[in-house]
Amino acid sequence: MLSQPIRYTFGGDEQLFAEISESMSLAAFFKSLGMVQAIEAQRIDGILDVCLANASFQVRFNPDVIHPDILLAKVKALESMAQNQSKQRLDTRIVEIPVLYNDPWTHETLMRFRDRHQDPNSTDLEYAARINGLKDVQAFIDAHCGSPWFVSMVGFVAGLPFMFQMVEQAKQLEVPKYLSPRTDTPKQTLGHGGCFGCIYSVRGAGGYQMFGVTPAPIYDPQQTLSYLKDSMVFFRTGDIVQFKPIDRAEYDRILEEVENGTFAPKTQAFTFDLKDYQADPEQYKKTMMEVLYVD
Amino acid sequence: MSINVIKPGLATAIQDKGREGYYHLGIPPSGAMDQYSMTLANLLVNNDEGDAVLECALLGPELLFQQDTIVAVCGARMSPKVDGAVMPLNTSFLIKAGQTLSFAYPTAGARAYLAVAGGIDVPMTLGSRATYTLGALGGYQGRRLEAGDELPIGKPKKAAKEGQHLPTECIPPIEKEMPLRMITGMYIHRLTDDAVERFFEDTWTVGSEADRIGYRFKGGRAMEFKPRQQPFGAGSDPSNIVDACYPIGSIQIPAGKEPIVLHRDAVSGGGYATIGTVISADMDLIGQMQPNYKTHFVPVNMAEALEARQLKQQQLDKVRHYLKI
Repeated sequence: MLSQPIRYTFGGDEQLFAEISESMSLAAFFKSLGMVQAIEAQRIDGILDVCLANASFQVRFNPDVIHPDILLAKVKALESMAQNQSKQRLDTRIVEIPVLYNDPWTHETLMRFRDRHQDPNSTDLEYAARINGLKDVQAFIDAHCGSPWFVSMVGFVAGLPFMFQMVEQAKQLEVPKYLSPRTDTPKQTLGHGGCFGCIYSVRGAGGYQMFGVTPAPIYDPQQTLSYLKDSMVFFRTGDIVQFKPIDRAEYDRILEEVENGTFAPKTQAFTFDLKDYQADPEQYKKTMMEVLYVD
Repeated sequence: MSINVIKPGLATAIQDKGREGYYHLGIPPSGAMDQYSMTLANLLVNNDEGDAVLECALLGPELLFQQDTIVAVCGARMSPKVDGAVMPLNTSFLIKAGQTLSFAYPTAGARAYLAVAGGIDVPMTLGSRATYTLGALGGYQGRRLEAGDELPIGKPKKAAKEGQHLPTECIPPIEKEMPLRMITGMYIHRLTDDAVERFFEDTWTVGSEADRIGYRFKGGRAMEFKPRQQPFGAGSDPSNIVDACYPIGSIQIPAGKEPIVLHRDAVSGGGYATIGTVISADMDLIGQMQPNYKTHFVPVNMAEALEARQLKQQQLDKVRHYLKI
């Protein structure tokens, strides 16, 4: 499916970077995932961390322990194994994330940074709807929450998920980043740049267009909520996310649950199979929603 | 017993060697930006080399000591003062209970490292005491110091002595212009050949946006990326790529204008093409650059990078030998 060779390049003397593909696809993500899993399984001395990105990966290493050339040879040697062993199946989770689209907080923020935007006279949602050929903001929101998203990278800042929507390429929502990044983004903002959606895990700088906000914390170094007890970072690569539009009353209700410490997002275990998905995406998405919403 | 923070300074935070193994979750290594100077300070007070220190950027803090403590300051030339009396840099000295430590303005460099015998004893988070402010993680309550904070001091494992100092040749010079060596690669093929030439020819000046996440450089000529049909998912600007991992030390040039070098609180990934990575041996130099310091980027190969790294380790061996550790 993806026959082009992996492109390797060193990031200084402490990182090995590998590009699977220049363009984004689930096939590229799965090939990258296969490599990362194969490398981790080897437990190679000197490797500090293996980072998976959308269509690439990076190995951070200590060159005092393993010479960069030896590491490169070991990683290359895993290519055929990763390909053979890759069943393109992934034990993962389906997660429902409630979203207040078009909320007052991101609206206030985006109005403050209109001078950095492509279209200062409309909001991020109005602009995104127009350039994606959708008739209005509601049609854009319907498309945004109408199909699930696949977490293809965690990073930028602590625990921020990058997500790729599970629709055919022609239906992917694509927007440019701000002309110049904002210095502020509310915590738990839903962002979008290129074809990727994201949830800003912490307040801070950001360049993605802003569409709404979720009341669900996804990163907490204090680990007060039950679903953040095991890991202060909620999302893992491979998670499948379904956004659920909520109104202000429900947002406030969930926020209360978060403050009481009783909130947890609806989450179900699921084994994702890339081949089955690609054979009939619409049917497969229905099955996933049955898994998420069956009690 | 502890240290009372009277004035926090501009950006003082607890740092150590940093945490590894969480970059894949977007949590960067953090830790001292000048690891070499941090290690020297710890060695002078006979600490473990990974004990937590205070990283004091540009404008140092004012600290009231509650107990007799041996301390040492290395890195930026910000002379320590005990109750106003100037003390030497790169030398261990005693502060008595009730005395106040403050710092002079830096005559060179940007970050001084204060080691106290026993180390700053805050709890470990993910294997390190380093502060990662963006993620509100580690250090003192996940943030820079504020007035009124009480910093616990650990019990020294080995006795510290006053008057320990360093061989002069092991104290790295700090100049207002220091070259940065880098290994080219990553997405440098996206730049035009002319742009690559200009990048290495031009003098780059540290801008005002220079912090633990990254350093932005200005003053060089703009650089063009080769035009292309952008790959799916990359975004429309020619400097954009499908969001990928950023190495620590990697250099990106958003829209071809001002290069940004990521440091130890790096954002772990994003959609800008990186064109190479500063070698590990020169990352400490960046930590000592003030705004308006200048640099040239110098391409080196892997062998040269590893040799530079080894040289630094040999310097530290020399210090350990000299201090009989």
